[in-house]
Amino acid sequence: MSTLAIHNLQKSFTINNKVKQVLNGISLTLADNEFVSVVGTSGCGKSTLLSIAAGLEDFEGGNVTVDGQPIQGAGMDRGVVFQAYTLLPWLTALGNIEFALKAAGNSAKACKEIALEHLALVNLSAFAHAYPSELSGGMKQRVAIARALSYRPKILLMDEPFGALDAMTRRQMQALLTQVWEAHRLTVMFVTHDVEEAVYLSDRVVVMGVGHIKEIIDVPLHRPRVEATCELPEFLNIQRHVLGLIRQDTTAQA
Amino acid sequence: MSDVEIDRGKGAVVDTVAPKRHKRGTLFVIGRQPTRAAYLGIAVSVFVVIAVAWWVFSVLGIVPPIFLPAPNAVLAKMAQLAADGTLWTDLEVSIYRISVAFLVSSVMAILFGTLAGTYGFWKAAIEPFVDFVRYMPVVAFVPLTILWSGTGDFQKFLIIWLGTFFQQVLMVMDAVKRVPADFIGLGRTLGMSDQKILWKIVLPSAMPGIWDALRVSLGWAWTWLVLAELVASTSGLGYRITVSQRFFQTDTIIGYILFLGILGLITDQAMRAGEKVLFRYNRKRP
Repeated sequence: MSTLAIHNLQKSFTINNKVKQVLNGISLTLADNEFVSVVGTSGCGKSTLLSIAAGLEDFEGGNVTVDGQPIQGAGMDRGVVFQAYTLLPWLTALGNIEFALKAAGNSAKACKEIALEHLALVNLSAFAHAYPSELSGGMKQRVAIARALSYRPKILLMDEPFGALDAMTRRQMQALLTQVWEAHRLTVMFVTHDVEEAVYLSDRVVVMGVGHIKEIIDVPLHRPRVEATCELPEFLNIQRHVLGLIRQDTTAQA
Repeated sequence: MSDVEIDRGKGAVVDTVAPKRHKRGTLFVIGRQPTRAAYLGIAVSVFVVIAVAWWVFSVLGIVPPIFLPAPNAVLAKMAQLAADGTLWTDLEVSIYRISVAFLVSSVMAILFGTLAGTYGFWKAAIEPFVDFVRYMPVVAFVPLTILWSGTGDFQKFLIIWLGTFFQQVLMVMDAVKRVPADFIGLGRTLGMSDQKILWKIVLPSAMPGIWDALRVSLGWAWTWLVLAELVASTSGLGYRITVSQRFFQTDTIIGYILFLGILGLITDQAMRAGEKVLFRYNRKRP
């Protein structure tokens, strides 16, 4: 059982002496082993929501609990995959995963074993000894995902992890992520601005307006999901519905 | 003209002269890089041209030797000073001074710069003060340092330290600030303590930038060394220059200045070589 519950979350920033309410009463519960995406226009507060859930940012009101326990800052129960790869450049692909495992308190031997296992999971065994500067963007993000999974967090938080990748690589990464997730289930919160990606990957899609949740949409599509899933009429209907919700915002702003 | 236009549309071979390319002046296009050979050739030529100009000026007697001795006279003088050991004794003293002062300054700068780059308290405590001291002319401290600490080695250390430390701190601080916030976030999500994040993530991540700051400041340290030795000194490369001036030994002065330039160049190249070895991971392998 690993659930993430956010209740009535309040968060504001002060910019140039003006207080801006970024999150206003957000409530959201991620069930055990559920894949939930959060979509919305840029500036709607979706990344802030994820940072708060990760424990990397403070909040003013409400609460965040993991399995019923309020979070105390960041911790190893929540793994994070950042948009900007965040591989440590002085460590190899293997070294980067071992770094996390060592922090988790594993022995050197166990670190290496588990790290190699997870590199294989993301099809990068051949690049174990390559430095990040020698890897492509997609490869770096695969290492980052392998690293976040390696120490078995209860919840995986992903902040636009494929946002910086080209369309082709992005597709491959989405396929890889579903494949990995369907094999090793865990609770995932996935922030993205790509609606198709959100629908393809998730059990539920949370659509955010500025500072609040507009609607939570179930995605009752069959798993395992494959490339062809994106052409099913149900898929297209859900995608159209989500896009419509987001578009209301953009037209209102324009 | 019109015939050519019509033919072009029919796919016929027309005027095949390519538009004029920069064939000869390729290195005068922004961003175009010379080959290694071309680079070395151009670099060496500049030295040769200046040396020849110098030689011509002195041989033709345009400038009297007491102001500008010929290159061969300078070389001969330097050879003589090297043979009788004067040059090496001066060098030894100077290297000792710059090493001690630069090392102390660098260690302190890495310590304070890292603290100022990471912790809010240290940033507020260090940055404004250092920014202030940085703009005080080091030269003006020379009489004061002599008053405080005499004319021994310690006073030389003090001048070099004053000149390098305050610049280094800010550069180290900037290098530390450039560590991506996500790296620190990563450390946090791995449950690492602040101290661990500092040692295992911030410092290794900032190291290439810190190393570069050290390389640049080492160049300045040479200047402060010579300044310290020019005034109230009894040994060292700078001292020899002052003494030579008293006796109009212009050949020694010029020889020592050139020698200092070469020393600076050597240390800079050594630091660059160190960079290549230490931060190999930043290099892209094919």
